[in-house]
This record gives sequence, structure tokens and C-alpha cells, in this order.
Amino acid sequence: MRVIVDLEKCCGAGQCVLLAPKVFDQRDDGIVILLDEHPPEALHKAVREAACVCPGAAIKLEEQA
Amino acid sequence: MTIPASVLVVGASVGGLAVVEALRREGYTGALTLLGAERHPPYDRPPLSKKVLSGAWEPDRTRLRQDAALAQLAATMILGEQAVHLDVLGRAVTTASGRRLTAEAIVIATGLEPRRLPGQEPWAGVHVLRTLDDAVALRADLLAGSQVVVVGDGVLGAEAAATARGMGRAVTLVGPQSTLLASQLGPQIGGYLAELHQRQGVQLRLGVAVEALVGDGERVRGVRLADGELLPAEVVVVAIGSRPATDWLTDSGLRLADGVVCDSRCRAAEGIYAVGDVARWHHEGLGTALRLENRSNAVEQGAAVAANIVGKDRPYAPVPFFWTDQYEVKIQVHGWAPADAQVAIVEGSPEAGQFAALYGSGGKVVGVLGWNMVKQTRSLRQHVVERTDWSLVKSLRAS
Repeated sequence: MRVIVDLEKCCGAGQCVLLAPKVFDQRDDGIVILLDEHPPEALHKAVREAACVCPGAAIKLEEQA
Repeated sequence: MTIPASVLVVGASVGGLAVVEALRREGYTGALTLLGAERHPPYDRPPLSKKVLSGAWEPDRTRLRQDAALAQLAATMILGEQAVHLDVLGRAVTTASGRRLTAEAIVIATGLEPRRLPGQEPWAGVHVLRTLDDAVALRADLLAGSQVVVVGDGVLGAEAAATARGMGRAVTLVGPQSTLLASQLGPQIGGYLAELHQRQGVQLRLGVAVEALVGDGERVRGVRLADGELLPAEVVVVAIGSRPATDWLTDSGLRLADGVVCDSRCRAAEGIYAVGDVARWHHEGLGTALRLENRSNAVEQGAAVAANIVGKDRPYAPVPFFWTDQYEVKIQVHGWAPADAQVAIVEGSPEAGQFAALYGSGGKVVGVLGWNMVKQTRSLRQHVVERTDWSLVKSLRAS
């Protein structure tokens, strides 16, 4: 899995950090920091949920990568 | 319960899409249909009053999923067709063109309709802001006109005023409340927001009702207030709230009470669910019926509805979250910020333009609000989850 974040769409809600703190963090202004572009399989479910609930639709996943 | 062999989702905005996506994530392999009244594929509404209205984004940028991602869902998408009738027992939806769609489970995700002023004339220059087409039309008028009146002191009105001001327009905002967002954030923080708008040059007319729009029969020319003042306007944005889009359900037999009334599983009847702005469901944590109008709720509730459709029997009891961006200020609220709550600023200060505040009600922390203070706000959210005792608030600092 490859995680892609769109910094311009990020609204800084931090829902992704709550769901997958090993994959996402936030800058001081709230914009997402991608910690792990290729998260291990154990985290895939949490990352998929983060991508889905992201209020800014700022997280994209490439499942094949 | 048995898992339905087919699911029809009525409403192709964020909540409807969330149900479809969450069903597939749950491993659901049945037939899925997504029916949308608008011609656009699912798009995101929060940017409409900000990035799209200002022109920072092309309208297409609001699309929630590209074609390839939508195709992967293996759902039948029917766009530009409005649902006009629901047959609860027959599990069927009739559309405006007479098409009859059936499924073993039906999800109502029809969202909201903007309220209009009593006797609001269909004059040029008068706008509501709900859809992508609304935003594009309003932007065109904002580019052409210089005097703007926003009627409405809630989130949408304040955002539209901020965006119009950012485009250099002369903006007056009118509303019946004592301050901006008074019912959403309470008088204290709402007051800070009103000051922000005034510093940015927005004229505020608060605590006053609108009597009528004034026009020449074709175009709007102004807004007359109840106190007699006439505000000249080339563009008027009517942002006085919305009501659940349930007209098509009045003869369905479903219980409607400011939304589709649902149980704690977001179920309105056997095999019928509701999601998002249109749903009034029983929040088990609060012990009360609740309807939320925000983006985050639509997605989270969509996941809960999908789980319940596949038989997981999961109550939906979220900590709500909403945000608003106005000028350079980002306000975020986790939980509840009732207008009569106690408010304690625990980080930063309003003077510094950065702070986090806790809201207390019934002796417990019920909400946290961040004003340009994103990370601390997220940490403080835990106190909302744990319902921390209000007496401990003085010693609190975000970790």
C-alpha cells in the first residue's frame, strides 16, 4: 500500500492521527505529516479508515503499490 | 439477521458515498446502487463557501473520488435523477422520471435544502449556497458586483462573508443573533469571531431581522431590515439555515421530525436506514435524539450504517467534530459547544490569535474548541471523550 496526502486539501482535523498515529502526524498548523508512505499490513485497516473519514478527502491510497 | 442481497443509497453526496465505500470495506459483495439528484459525481461541500467561491479551486477539484476509484466500487451510479417516493414495505424508490428502483435495504442520504426568506423573489443577484452549481453562480455574481449583503449569522453566512471580503467586496452581514455563531459557539467565542470580521472590514448588523429584499422586478437592489435601515446590495447571499430534504418521504409512513427519525443503529424501519444531515437518530451516549449537519458526521455515520447493514448491530454514538475556516483563522470543535455552557480558555489567548477553550455543562467537559490551535485541540479532545469533571479544568493543560 502507498499513502498519498494532499496538503492543500488537508483541513487539519487530525482524524487520521487519532486512527493511525504511526502513519500520520500534524504540523503545528494542523497540516498532515506523512510518517510512513508504505505502512505495514497490520496498519492497513486503520489507514483505509483514515482515508475514508478524512474530512478534507486529502488522503489517497494506492493499494497495489 | 440476514444480510441484504442489494442496497440502494438515495443521495450521492458524502454520506451516501461513505455508505457505499464502507460496505465494500466490510467485504459486502451484493448489488449497490447510488442515486443522486444532482448531475455531478459525488463532491465535497465544505470547499464551496471557501476555495470554490474564492476561485482558489476549480470546481472539479471538489470531486470526492476520481472515475477509477468510483469504478472500483462496482456500484451502479444514477445521477441527475431525483427520488420522489419511497415505498417502505415494497423497498422501492420512484424517481422523478418514473423509474422504480428496488433493493433489500435502502439508505436515505438526501441531505438538506437551504431555507429561503418568506416571500423570497427569484430575482437575479439573490443566492443560496448548497450545491456546486450554487457556488459557481454566486462566484460569477461576486465577480461582477461590489456590494454584498449576507443574510445569516451561522457558519455558512460567516464563511461566505469572509470569502467575499477576501475578494475585496464591500460586505454587510445581517443576522438575528446577538453575535456570530452564537448558537454554535456561545456568546463569548462568537464575540471574538464578530470582532475578527469587523477587523477585516465586514459591517455587522446583528440582533436585527430582515424585513424584505428590495428589487426592481428583475434584480435585487437591497435588503430592508426590521429597524427600517435599507442596505443597498448587488448580491445577496441567503444563509439562514437548512431543513432536512424529506419532502419526498411525507407519504412514506416513516416518522419525520426535523429529519428521518431513526433508532440508535440509524434504522428508520426494517431495512431502511438514514445517514448524514437528514438523519435524526438516538445517540446512546447522550440518551437523546440528535441530528448533526456536518461533513465528519456524514462519513462516520456512513460507516456505522454500513456496519449495521451487514449485521454488526453497532450503535452510533460519536464525538461530533466540525470546523470552519474564516480569513486566516481555523476554528475546530470536538464535542458540543452549547450556547449556555461554561467556557474556559486553557491554552493560548484570544489576544494572541491562538487559543483552545473547553466547554462545560452539567459539571463535565462536553466540548473543546480550537482557534488556530490544532494539535492542542486534538489532545484536549480526550477530556470530551472521558467527560472530565469541570472542577479539574483549572489544572488542565494540553499534553
